[in-house]
Amino acid sequence: MLYFARWKIVLIILVLVAGVIVTLPNLFSAATVQAWPSFMPKRQIVLGLDLRGGAHLLLQVERDSLVKDRLQTLVGDVRQTLRDERIGYRNLRSRGESVTFTLREPSEADRVMQLLRPLTNPVQSGLFGQGSVSEVEVSRDGAQVTLNLTEAGLEERTRSAVEQSLSVLGRRINALGTTEPTIQREGDDRILVQVPGLEDTSRLKEILGQTAKMTFHLECPEGDVVSAQQGRPPAGCEIVEPADPNDGPVLVESRARLSGDDLVDAQPAFDQQTNTPIVTFRFNSRGGSIFGQLTQQNVGRRFAVVLDNKYITAPVIRSPILGGSGQIEGNFTVESAQNLAVLLRAGALPADLTIVEERTVGPSLGRDSIAAGEIAALIGTAGVVVFMVLVYGLFGVFANFALICNIVLLLALLTLLQATLTLPGIAGIVLTVGMAVDANVLIFERIREEAKLGRSAINAIEAGFSRALGTILDANITTLIAAFALFALGSGPIRGFAVTLALGILTTVFTAFVLTRFIVAVWVRSQRPKTVPI
Amino acid sequence: MPFRIVPDDTTVPFMRFARWGFPASVVAMVASLVLFFVVGLNLGIDFRGGTLIEVQSQSGAVDIGSIRQTLQPLELGDFEVQGFGSGNEAVIRIATQPGGDEAQQAAVQKVQDALGFDAYNYRRVEVVGPRVSGELAETGTIAVLVTLVGVLLYIWFRFEWQFAIGAIASLLHDVILTIGFFTITQIEFNLSSIAAILTIVGYSLNDTVVIFDRVREMLRKFKQTPIRGIIDLSVNQTLSRTLLTSLTTLIALAALFFFGGAVIRSFTAAMIWGVFIGTYSTVFIAAPMLIFFNLRPEKVAAPEAAKKPAAS
Repeated sequence: MLYFARWKIVLIILVLVAGVIVTLPNLFSAATVQAWPSFMPKRQIVLGLDLRGGAHLLLQVERDSLVKDRLQTLVGDVRQTLRDERIGYRNLRSRGESVTFTLREPSEADRVMQLLRPLTNPVQSGLFGQGSVSEVEVSRDGAQVTLNLTEAGLEERTRSAVEQSLSVLGRRINALGTTEPTIQREGDDRILVQVPGLEDTSRLKEILGQTAKMTFHLECPEGDVVSAQQGRPPAGCEIVEPADPNDGPVLVESRARLSGDDLVDAQPAFDQQTNTPIVTFRFNSRGGSIFGQLTQQNVGRRFAVVLDNKYITAPVIRSPILGGSGQIEGNFTVESAQNLAVLLRAGALPADLTIVEERTVGPSLGRDSIAAGEIAALIGTAGVVVFMVLVYGLFGVFANFALICNIVLLLALLTLLQATLTLPGIAGIVLTVGMAVDANVLIFERIREEAKLGRSAINAIEAGFSRALGTILDANITTLIAAFALFALGSGPIRGFAVTLALGILTTVFTAFVLTRFIVAVWVRSQRPKTVPI
Repeated sequence: MPFRIVPDDTTVPFMRFARWGFPASVVAMVASLVLFFVVGLNLGIDFRGGTLIEVQSQSGAVDIGSIRQTLQPLELGDFEVQGFGSGNEAVIRIATQPGGDEAQQAAVQKVQDALGFDAYNYRRVEVVGPRVSGELAETGTIAVLVTLVGVLLYIWFRFEWQFAIGAIASLLHDVILTIGFFTITQIEFNLSSIAAILTIVGYSLNDTVVIFDRVREMLRKFKQTPIRGIIDLSVNQTLSRTLLTSLTTLIALAALFFFGGAVIRSFTAAMIWGVFIGTYSTVFIAAPMLIFFNLRPEKVAAPEAAKKPAAS
């Protein structure tokens, strides 16, 4: 146990030196480290949001909004199909997660089922394309036809909605100009957004929370708002409420002539005459020509710009707009104009997102936490170090050296793995300090016992190390199980705690069992002790 | 020069004490459970949903009364304002607002509008919506259960089944008494409390395994000694290690408690409690279980050639 092959000695020393080098950058500020020559390591421990400050938002894709969207399209598709084939129907409507209608001529049912078949065609699902799901099931009960959205189809929609939302949110957040935001999928239908260093989250929330589905509608050719509000709006028309509560509702065609998808650019600007904030936009070529035709043919009619089911502005078209670009004059502030431009550029979200969890930490609290954690770590370590020397004398010094190396290696591992250090993570380190010496205590106590049994010093030391090993392993593996459970089921800060706890166990076993043994071996060799000084 | 924390050849008749300790623990566990069901935990927003806002006064000591008055007219439902950390900070807790996730966000906005950004610095805003809070409670419970099962399997694999039962009994004891601790102190129970429970489980287990290891070794060495004597011997032999490790861990935890800042103080308090009961439960719960489940008679007398000895 006390003999070390030369290559092992070299390896131990290399590990320690590497540990020190990797840990080194953490002692300096990021700016200082960046100025170091290129051969020096520059990686520092990644601090969690609770230590560096920042926003953590958990967003959920609203399944209901997806279902609603899906049903709306489905109703449209069915209507189109039936109309094209001149098939009579009534009561076409959506209910729950299905669309139903009744045929006027039950005899046409078979033909209708045939015609609706394409709607049930499976769509490709999954990245690997091996699975394909039908989104719609058609069934018939006499003259009544029901189209059901399938569970698998909705799951697939949710999955792809999350996927699309990730990139849309990415574009939106990048427009805020913050550094290193992370946007990642969480579970089936959630997205985790983390923006370090952001203190005022209200703008972030405004930008993330909006679906930003923009559509352009012409005013309804017949009927007026008042009678529509009392009775029913004319076929194909609907009432749209204003975004600004000072305006009144307008009656527009349900059909959108153009949508935000047709935009290629949007910028905040100022109106040259009134000097109020506006948003200018440019259509792509297809959108531009539709817009041109539209404005040419409908001079004098109103034209509503609708954002998330509320209209921002509904000006009267005075003259054809042919260049493919235009401007929106809402009741904007400078900031809301900027936000809208960002949203239009980034595109619409495929579904509504709701913030289901928020954790924001201001930079001052983060700084205080780091400072408090550092002080606690220093005092805790100092206390343990003094205690060990008091109890074990020279061997306590050995244990302390191992303890310091343990901390250095733990920090080095955290740096190398770029694992996130959180406040509970710091607690994990301090706790590791307290518990790490356990391994040494086990060994030393064992040596003491063996010496008491009358063994020679070297024999006792040998036996102490080898007999304590099994205990140390058993004891640490069980703790490791707890750490894994914490990691698997915890989130954010808790996960950080689990990581430091688990890494701490690894470094502890190494330092106690390899390093301390090595030091003791060197000591035994140079001093040739007759008795064990513990 | 080094000193001994426990004199050599200490022979404390632990198992005689366990005759009292064991029933006392059962009573304490029942009491904890009763308290848990009658009084309940002071659940934090992680599990109950709601909003927590930590504000720091920009002008010295924070005036809790004035914050309360400012928030009163906002119709936030149940809310409380408490001093936190040093004298300059306060924590505002708001119960879940009716009206789903968006309503929670609106509440934060209302508070920030009312208090303004000049007089106060918003150190921390945590909003846990009604949908998430239920899940967090669920995963927390699962985490604790998964750990217990994992440990059960590991110890079963490495020792005899009686050891596994003993370890699990002592872990359940620790978990239940820690919940009792949270109920009595009414310290907020949140996600980090779950982490504290799991760490306590890890620590207590560490302690249990060390003594079990020794028990196993002694069982092999003294084939005629009754189990009671074996346990007493093992606990005494490892006593100084038990105390030393508890002390170093407590030193580290005390440093965290006093200097680590207010955010993790409740976590540390629970851990300190855990070190005590974890150490206690090894001797007074885990070990007596070996007697109770008749570890000795015919079982160990046979040589264990099949099992690979770990500690010898």
